[in-house]
Amino acid sequence: MQTISNLYRKEKIYGWLFILPPVLGFLLFTLFPVAYSFYGSLTDWDGLGQMDFIGLSNFKELLTDELFHKAAFNTIFMMLGIPIGLILALLIALGLNRGIPGTTTFRVIYYVPVISSLAAISIMWSWAYNGDYGLVNQFLDIFGIDGPNWLMNKYSVKPALILMTVWKGLGYTMLLYLAALQSVPRSYYEAAELDGASGFKAFLHITWPMVKPVTFFIVVTNIIGGSQIFTEINIMTNTGGPEYSSASVVFYIWQKAFDNFQMGYASAMAVVLGIFIFIVTLIQFKMNEKSSYEA
Amino acid sequence: MSHSSRTKLTNTIIFILLAIGAVAMIAPLIWMLSTSIKQKIDVFALPPVWIPENPQWGKYAEIWTAGPLLSGIKNSVIIALSVTVVGTFTSSLAAFSFSKLKFPGKHMIFFLLLSALMIPYPAVMIPQFMMFSKIGWVDTLLPLIVPGLFGNIVMIFFLRQYLISVPDEVLEAAKIDGSSYFRLFSTITFPLIKPAVAAQLILWFMGIWNDYLAPIIYLTSPEKQTLQLVIANFNAQYAIQTDYPLIMAASVIALLPVLIIFLVFQKQIIESVAISGVKG
Repeated sequence: MQTISNLYRKEKIYGWLFILPPVLGFLLFTLFPVAYSFYGSLTDWDGLGQMDFIGLSNFKELLTDELFHKAAFNTIFMMLGIPIGLILALLIALGLNRGIPGTTTFRVIYYVPVISSLAAISIMWSWAYNGDYGLVNQFLDIFGIDGPNWLMNKYSVKPALILMTVWKGLGYTMLLYLAALQSVPRSYYEAAELDGASGFKAFLHITWPMVKPVTFFIVVTNIIGGSQIFTEINIMTNTGGPEYSSASVVFYIWQKAFDNFQMGYASAMAVVLGIFIFIVTLIQFKMNEKSSYEA
Repeated sequence: MSHSSRTKLTNTIIFILLAIGAVAMIAPLIWMLSTSIKQKIDVFALPPVWIPENPQWGKYAEIWTAGPLLSGIKNSVIIALSVTVVGTFTSSLAAFSFSKLKFPGKHMIFFLLLSALMIPYPAVMIPQFMMFSKIGWVDTLLPLIVPGLFGNIVMIFFLRQYLISVPDEVLEAAKIDGSSYFRLFSTITFPLIKPAVAAQLILWFMGIWNDYLAPIIYLTSPEKQTLQLVIANFNAQYAIQTDYPLIMAASVIALLPVLIIFLVFQKQIIESVAISGVKG
């Protein structure tokens, strides 16, 4: 048998040893690159030549860069899908929470788009949005509506992308809501019924407050994900859409960094995006703390 | 109307609405499959044909020579398997250490690692690219494999949560008996967390399989590209020739592996995703 202090020393060494890989990975692939992004954003880095320090010039240029403004506007505009998805998903989850036969099957079907490859899905939707022969316009045709050539028209390209992202993400949101709904004790509803509270009143005073934390979680994760939208844009509108009307921030960063080799300028945009996401995440952490005190 | 028959009616209406929704969710995917087995003339038929009269499976043979689909699958499998197998090992070992071993700085280091979750990939991708290009790894699979081998913070987080609820007594006894720390992990802890590890591994595998941004940055030669890039190139190349059946057949192939994994493990996957929201 070993002495306690000996045992503790050994445990300390192994403790550190076992966490060494993720710590190294963090330093090499997260911390160092982040620091370098900050530094690079203050230079005229082109990936090849010398990096000259130019202060905040890149950030100043962002203020007047119309393409960046467009990309930022498009990115935020496409987040309109978040509330739409939220409402639809909650309605579906409420329906699935009633113990109707076939619930498991519905859950699986609604979830299939979530696990599907985004590249394959984007290819499929570009075909579905085809102006002449696409599924969407043929469907609209039944109602006598003559749909546009969705992805080629600067007014319809963003709504088209929103519809697709709602479709893709619905199952995930629905699942989180369903889990939250199932954790609401039945007795709450029974008590409400005894008090004569109607379905809608019960929803407003029991269900909604109970699913509020998960709603918040969904909104935040969707903002974080939505602000990084790239694959759909790259595949469905590979030039950033008519008049750059579908380009996102990450799409613009990617173009600047890897097509134009304006690494410094692209880093400045990456820093802006990073700070935005950092703030959103921080708000979530704070709110989580608050709600766990309340509970 | 009595209370129960009214509930029954409501449930029937809701069932019908849910069924319509389910059709809307699945219709584009059926459309994709249906396009892939159509003759070119049927593709542009108005009104659309959902089930072609004589299905053409030929495109599923043609895709293998129309582009580097096979090497795409091979590359995706190499990346996803090596990252998830090695990365799951390093992640679960770290989760074990964070939850069951005592050492100074533990909590601080853990929160430092968690902060990585706040940092989006676009914020690190440019310096990472320059690092890997300095050592000549651009256009190889290494930049997509190596970072993952060091572990996955989401996985460490969930396994740690899971392990905290496992009682310490068994481990303490084995510690006093002089079992090595690695044996504590491999023979006592790991078997306990196997189901949680499996669910996390599957989710991670699907994430890597479907990844697009990192591969598009690093891989330029067609035979080095992952499956997702290969099908994106199919789309760019054959859409001009309007060979939609070919494009859709390749996309179906890209979708299939993960779809099968999902259908087999749907219960575990759905449960572990649902937990992530509740814990928020």
